[in-house]
Amino acid sequence: MQALVIVAHGSHLNPDASTPTYEHADTVRAAGVFDEVRTAFWKEEPSFREVLRTLESEEVYVVPLFISEGYFTEQVIPRELRLDGWDVAEWDSDGTSATHSTLEAGDVEKTVHYCGPVGTHDAMSDVIVRRAETVTDDPDVGEGFGLAVVGHGTERNENSAKAIEYHAERIGEMGRFDEVKALFMDEDPEIDDVTDFFESDDIVVVPLFVADGYHTQEDIPEDMGLTDDYRTGWETPAEVDGHRIWYAGAVGTEALTADVIIERAADAGADVGNAIEEIRRRTRVAGADGASVGD
Amino acid sequence: MNDTQLDALVAAAAEGVDCDGLRVTADGDAYTFALPEETHEGLDESELRERATENPWFVSNWHYWTERDRPDAETAYLRWLEGADDRPVPERYEALADGGIEASWGELAIEIGLGDDGDRTYTLCHEDDANADTAALDVHTDPLEARELVKHDDRGRYRPLKTAPTLPTGWAFLDLDGRALARTVDIVYPATVANWHLERQGDLDISNWTETMERQTGIYGVIETWDRGEGHEHVNWVAEACCADSQCLKRREWEYDDDTDLDVDGGDGAFPCREPCSLVIAAARQWTKLEGEQPKTYEFELTPSEKEQIEDIIDAVADGEADDIREADVYEGANRYRTRFLRAKRFDEEGNLCGVPTDDEEN
Repeated sequence: MQALVIVAHGSHLNPDASTPTYEHADTVRAAGVFDEVRTAFWKEEPSFREVLRTLESEEVYVVPLFISEGYFTEQVIPRELRLDGWDVAEWDSDGTSATHSTLEAGDVEKTVHYCGPVGTHDAMSDVIVRRAETVTDDPDVGEGFGLAVVGHGTERNENSAKAIEYHAERIGEMGRFDEVKALFMDEDPEIDDVTDFFESDDIVVVPLFVADGYHTQEDIPEDMGLTDDYRTGWETPAEVDGHRIWYAGAVGTEALTADVIIERAADAGADVGNAIEEIRRRTRVAGADGASVGD
Repeated sequence: MNDTQLDALVAAAAEGVDCDGLRVTADGDAYTFALPEETHEGLDESELRERATENPWFVSNWHYWTERDRPDAETAYLRWLEGADDRPVPERYEALADGGIEASWGELAIEIGLGDDGDRTYTLCHEDDANADTAALDVHTDPLEARELVKHDDRGRYRPLKTAPTLPTGWAFLDLDGRALARTVDIVYPATVANWHLERQGDLDISNWTETMERQTGIYGVIETWDRGEGHEHVNWVAEACCADSQCLKRREWEYDDDTDLDVDGGDGAFPCREPCSLVIAAARQWTKLEGEQPKTYEFELTPSEKEQIEDIIDAVADGEADDIREADVYEGANRYRTRFLRAKRFDEEGNLCGVPTDDEEN
């Protein structure tokens, strides 16, 4: 038997923080390739500390629904899961290249395949692009558009910015959008000046966050000038300094994120059959199957 | 009992069957069929089938508990719910058939009834709804639907602690099999069955306060500094504040450290709490910061009733009863009008009690 455990942050205060985690778990569950699919949280229950003992499977794939490598993926999750012998050096990562590590958990007789975070997987670039398609309702969006990939950024952890820059660069290389930039909340270049960084009239802004919450629904919309008061909402697209801003909200709420979770487990050796193709097919944006937008 | 169960029993005889008073063994072609008060030896297969057919409850009971693929913890839990270790098969089946066996788990009421061929069916709801007409309840059958059901309490407030005694009412899960029942319980009260089972086996891994706080890092690393060699009274306060039955249905099994028990009672919950949870850790971080302050002496002028009123207000808020005090009940210290009067009389424009500033140096 093989189990998938999606580990995420969760919240003591915000009931919606766990919603994308549950939804992606449901999508993976529906694919039917894991005997068990569970979720566990730092701030909700079951905790990281107790999830493994609720599983029957002896092979467990643990995928962190986090954006960056860093404090949570390298210290908190392995510690709380009691992954004996964990050593971050085994990931041999440059900050965005962690794949997986296979360990035994200290409190249960199970083999844990501990994966790198969802946010740094190559397939996350596709989710960001998909998010741009969803928010513009245009499966071919790109020409005439700029794309801003937005991260929190922090002086305390250089990997936080690396994940954002990595995807911005990869999407830039696809040549699909006229311009692609990495922007941040707490470091330069800052999201406040988003229109300064683009020549394109239309700019899609995709925050690389797991769940919608304070930052994606309050801070960023106000900082960009979409609205003076987040409580009054904003238009999509919204007119800012002569540009049209298509603000997407947290990328982690995009259904295709479930695909990245499965890819992480598959990279670590999970038998996932054709689930990756199946999820890509089922989460496809409206209109992407050939129908024109507005049909 | 059905033919599948009967055939399975005959096939299992060679290995030996021993379940809740039913014993079946085979010695070559000769079978022994035994119940608590009767033993039949030297039976051929057709005589074995005859005896088994005369005692369908024993056969289906054996089949239910041994021929299903489920984890040990789940089997132990489902057996515990219906008292399988304590009540003889006939008595249990009569109870299952006659309105079902009622069990409880936290605020959950679980009813076990008899399904086809001696199988079990489980019904789950809030204990306050146990006698409600199911037509009046929001009925579910998929365990995963419990995730949204238990997210908010009856007043619409988010429940970050799944074992808080604020389980919402008005819903029921019907016609669950044993697996689905266990899954639903695990969603309502995560990991409680697993930890209960470990405790029954004597294997519950408890992390006491000191070791749990020692492993905290990042913004929670500060909690360790709360211990300044002055005893553990502060941890008693934490347990009294957070881990009482009125706040959490888990029974606190963790103590200060291996050698030092807390003075506060751990509660009476059915399921054990094996270490301080994330809510306790988050609260302890805040208290660690606040407890770094030195006490000061303030001088206030209050009437005796005003002093008592402040005590009443703290009690009402701490016990979550402020909202229950009636609008016009000005005899209660924590009544809103009484409290507004106190504020009007005793607060200055800056919100200082009796006009006494919090910090002298700033004024």
